Amino acid sequence: MHDLILTIISKYNYWIYIVLLMIGLYAMMVKKNLVKKIIGMNILQTAIILFYISIGAKKDGTLPILLHTHHTGHHLVRAADYINPLPHVLMLTAIVVSVATLGVALALAIKVYHQHGTLDEDEIHARIRK
Amino acid sequence: MNQHFPALIIIVPLLAAFFIFAISWINRKLCFPIAVLALAISFLSAIALLGMVLKNGPVEYRMGGWPPPWGISYYVDYLSALVLVVVCTVALINLIACRQSVSREFADKIGPFFTLYVLFVTGLIGMVITGDAFNLYVLLEIASLTGYALIGMGKGDAALFGLNYIFMGTVGASFYLLGIGYLYLITGSLNIADIASILPGIYGSKVVLVAFIFCITGLFLKMAFFPLHGWLPNAYTNAPSAAISLIAPLTTKVMIYVMIRIVLYLFTPSFSFEALHVASVFVWLSAVAIVMGSLLALGQKSLKRMLAYIIVAEVGYMAGGLWLGNTESITGAILHLVNDAAMTLCVFLAAGTLMFKIKPSLTGELQLDDLAGSFTKMPYTMAAFIMGALSIIGVPPFCGFFSKWYLLSGAVTAGHYEFLAALLFSSLVNVVLFFRIIEIGYYEKPDHRADAGHLIARMDEAPLEMLIPLLLVAAGLLAMGFYTDDIVTHVIRFAIPAGIV
Repeated sequence: MHDLILTIISKYNYWIYIVLLMIGLYAMMVKKNLVKKIIGMNILQTAIILFYISIGAKKDGTLPILLHTHHTGHHLVRAADYINPLPHVLMLTAIVVSVATLGVALALAIKVYHQHGTLDEDEIHARIRK
Repeated sequence: MNQHFPALIIIVPLLAAFFIFAISWINRKLCFPIAVLALAISFLSAIALLGMVLKNGPVEYRMGGWPPPWGISYYVDYLSALVLVVVCTVALINLIACRQSVSREFADKIGPFFTLYVLFVTGLIGMVITGDAFNLYVLLEIASLTGYALIGMGKGDAALFGLNYIFMGTVGASFYLLGIGYLYLITGSLNIADIASILPGIYGSKVVLVAFIFCITGLFLKMAFFPLHGWLPNAYTNAPSAAISLIAPLTTKVMIYVMIRIVLYLFTPSFSFEALHVASVFVWLSAVAIVMGSLLALGQKSLKRMLAYIIVAEVGYMAGGLWLGNTESITGAILHLVNDAAMTLCVFLAAGTLMFKIKPSLTGELQLDDLAGSFTKMPYTMAAFIMGALSIIGVPPFCGFFSKWYLLSGAVTAGHYEFLAALLFSSLVNVVLFFRIIEIGYYEKPDHRADAGHLIARMDEAPLEMLIPLLLVAAGLLAMGFYTDDIVTHVIRFAIPAGIV
């Protein structure tokens, strides 16, 4: 039991990522309101961003840049000391993608609302069937 | 100049897309010529790349001069050169054919439409040419987002079904991204060739297994593999016809190309087929996909919805061909990818032309019954449609027959007779589907409907601008059938990695 708690606490960011992923998927599958589904989709994408950030993160890590000191000139930070910047940079792109997806989804939701006067999926399907 | 084709093929349409949008504020008439010019340059680059690959073998292009494991490299081998030519040809032909229907349907939105069109093609070309797994995700999202927007521009409930497509597509792309994340976690690399060289030592790792599951599930969702196909028919039926004759032939095919790339070149056959024992499960699933796709197509009354379900079945053909895992079946899958892009373009272009001329009776969807009398009024369009249909059925001189033949003999070699049975069943169903259309179009008089009198009077042959590309595609189906042997011996044979028996 103690071990289990320890594993959960020591890798808590990964557990949060899984929980967020499940919340996102749940919202997309179960919620009837289109905007709630869009929010679920965004939570899912955020979960993946958290996963990538966790891959690169390190406790007490520094930046991967040249360090300047007055007397010895400059020297490189050792690889073990700095945070891996690559997954973080990848996520800049993923954030842009998720914002764009959100934009397109909300634009279509507005179009649906203008057409049917509601965002509830059941009501819309009932209207289509008529 | 010569060595920059892999960059030009994607940068020209990318920049042109923004230029088109800017110029649409000044003069809308310039949008179309710029789009044609950009895609023509891509098309010529694709042809040149195929020529270079045939002559000297695979071409590698380093973006910004950075060497592969660190920088993004664009990699053109036999497989991607072939698919590049297919993508560029389909996009260019459809662009020329759809000009009139675009200017009629989106008179005030010509600029945005062509911008999205060219960006969509950019995304597809990029997915085919890139050698970097994360870059592939970004280009996948470029193609998907523009695809959602194009589908959402349609009439009726296009927005609702486009939104539904966004949900499914985003989950698919996110799963792929997660899979790549797990691969990066264990290999520290994003370059496909580099990952493939690191993986053999760690095949037993659970991380690799999870990465495989996420990637494949995501791709299955994106390519509408049977249990995950729900988004496709609704989205495709309501989309504008100019956009759908681009999206339908290319999206699923390029996703299948990505699956072939991931399964054969990233995870390599020794992992996908030997270390994991999932191949025969996927072959069974493909057989189910083919049968269900065909059966669902049989139950449709709307022309486009029927064609959409045929795509679901065709996806099963190609996925099954890959997972059968022998030389013949993979040759069949790649050949069918090329053929199916042409066949789908042919039937959807014909459907778009029919939509252009026939006013649909109810709900805005073109029903099969609306086609009554179409053979006498629009003989050339229907001739092209029937040629596409015969190719989908798999009648010998047409290209569809040869890829089906390779798939069938691959199924026999692998001993998967259920796949063989599914293929034959689906061919029979296709016969029923298309001969029903011939029956309605040729024999039925359109006078059984109240408003049919003035409807049939308005119906006549489509303008030459739409007809010539359509007939060109239909003739291409025959030509590809005659040159199948050349395509297989000169290109596809080299596209199959060495580990396959």
